[in-house]
Amino acid sequence: MQSSASPSRHRVAAVERVGPYTLLRLERGDLEPGVPGQFFMLEAPGRLLPRPFSLCLAPPGELAFLVDPVGPGTEALCRLRPADEIGVLGPLGHGYRLDVERPLLVGGGIGIAPLPYLAEQLGGSPPVVLGFRSAEHAEAAALLPGAEIVVDPVLVTEVIGPGFDVLACGPEPMLHAVAALCPTAQLAWEAPMACGYGACYGCVVEIDGALKRLCLEGPVLDGHGRYQVPAVSRRVVSA
Amino acid sequence: MRILNASGCLDALAAPEVARQLDAFVTKTVTPLPREGNAPPRIAETAHGMLNAIGLANPGRERFLAEHLPRLRELGLPLWVSVGGFCADDYAETCTHLEGIEAIELNLSCPNVDEAADSAAEIVAACRRTTELPLFAKLSAAHPDVAEVARAVAAAGADGLSLINTLRAVALDRLLRPALARGSGGLSGPALKPVALHAVSVCHEATGLPIVGMGGIETGRDALEFAVCGARDIALGTVLFSDPGAPTRVREELEAAATEAGVVIVDDGKGLAKSPETQRKVPA
Repeated sequence: MQSSASPSRHRVAAVERVGPYTLLRLERGDLEPGVPGQFFMLEAPGRLLPRPFSLCLAPPGELAFLVDPVGPGTEALCRLRPADEIGVLGPLGHGYRLDVERPLLVGGGIGIAPLPYLAEQLGGSPPVVLGFRSAEHAEAAALLPGAEIVVDPVLVTEVIGPGFDVLACGPEPMLHAVAALCPTAQLAWEAPMACGYGACYGCVVEIDGALKRLCLEGPVLDGHGRYQVPAVSRRVVSA
Repeated sequence: MRILNASGCLDALAAPEVARQLDAFVTKTVTPLPREGNAPPRIAETAHGMLNAIGLANPGRERFLAEHLPRLRELGLPLWVSVGGFCADDYAETCTHLEGIEAIELNLSCPNVDEAADSAAEIVAACRRTTELPLFAKLSAAHPDVAEVARAVAAAGADGLSLINTLRAVALDRLLRPALARGSGGLSGPALKPVALHAVSVCHEATGLPIVGMGGIETGRDALEFAVCGARDIALGTVLFSDPGAPTRVREELEAAATEAGVVIVDDGKGLAKSPETQRKVPA
């Protein structure tokens, strides 16, 4: 965890619509952007618990997060306006290893969130494959110019070629399918989290046959078949 | 008034910089055998609160004593070990192995396990026979008369009370399914505070034992309210999830809140704050 224990306050620099999603640009302040795939806990205005988001973009002076309004917390974040302020804690957890020879970035839906920053940090314009459930959702591909795009019913696994070092983020069925195809893929998982730093024990997933906290072990887990995220773990956190 | 964490709401080894803000660290509940805990999802946000159904996940007594406790000692903080079990002998056996800590908290009220424990007083009495360490009984406010339970554990030898544990509750998700895999969970957060204040008040009145008050404390003002109701110390739980800097912040706010209210927190071992306004009896 970062040395400063408290979340720091950050002003909203801009709010942009990207298809059905919202790109929330925050003034960076003293926060480090961290490693791609690491995450930040963002205060959700009016809600008790913060919400975890991987960093999408790190332009100078800003940190930007891609938000899918799926519940009261994410909806509150999408309603933020420039000059509003929220608490931010991070970067947290373990991100992607960048020492790969032939990277292929694979994203599904809101799971494309960490890929723009990942592509930038890898450098050299790595190939990207993105899958979406609709043409409207696919508008978010504008964040990754040059990406190959597939829309349901076509699946990303149908266009992943052999020999790549896959770095992926997306819904659980996609990640399981990618893992089956590319056993050494680095996969960014998601789970309901209350704290993001190992305190709440809420985000456990099955790793090496035991329930472990995703916030400390991940959210990026490498392949070799050592993890098995229970299918029930991605239920809506807010009731 | 000292600031502790509520058991199970902080991993001091994962976040030592949070633990070091506390006056004492309370461990997650230790049971005789290792417990993996409940399947996910284990948490859900509710109006002014959250549910958890972790299920006493812990490494078990043997590994806790051999691996975790020595590492916790390196933090240099006073330690409280939360002890759990499924019968009085479970608790008592763990107590016999504990030494060199400040206190033992007996978790008599976890809402997230199915097994029925012996009565709170029986467990306290069994532990009392095995240890001289201060024993704090952590009680549930779900009992129709928590003061009666407090009197019973006091008579059985408890040195103090931890009030309160979460309350068993259910939340449904958008598709009207239980939000937690277990179905029910323990409600914590600000929604709990009025319930906790009542329990602290009546148990203070009933026993005069030192009380660690907890349940929805987010600010120094909240902590002050617990002091006024009879808590000697307080513990932070859910607020740590959104603000890992809460112990330091609440401590600062508590001083300011006490000054603003004209209240002096008297450290007489019983914890009642004294001021003209707070002399009146808190209604039970």
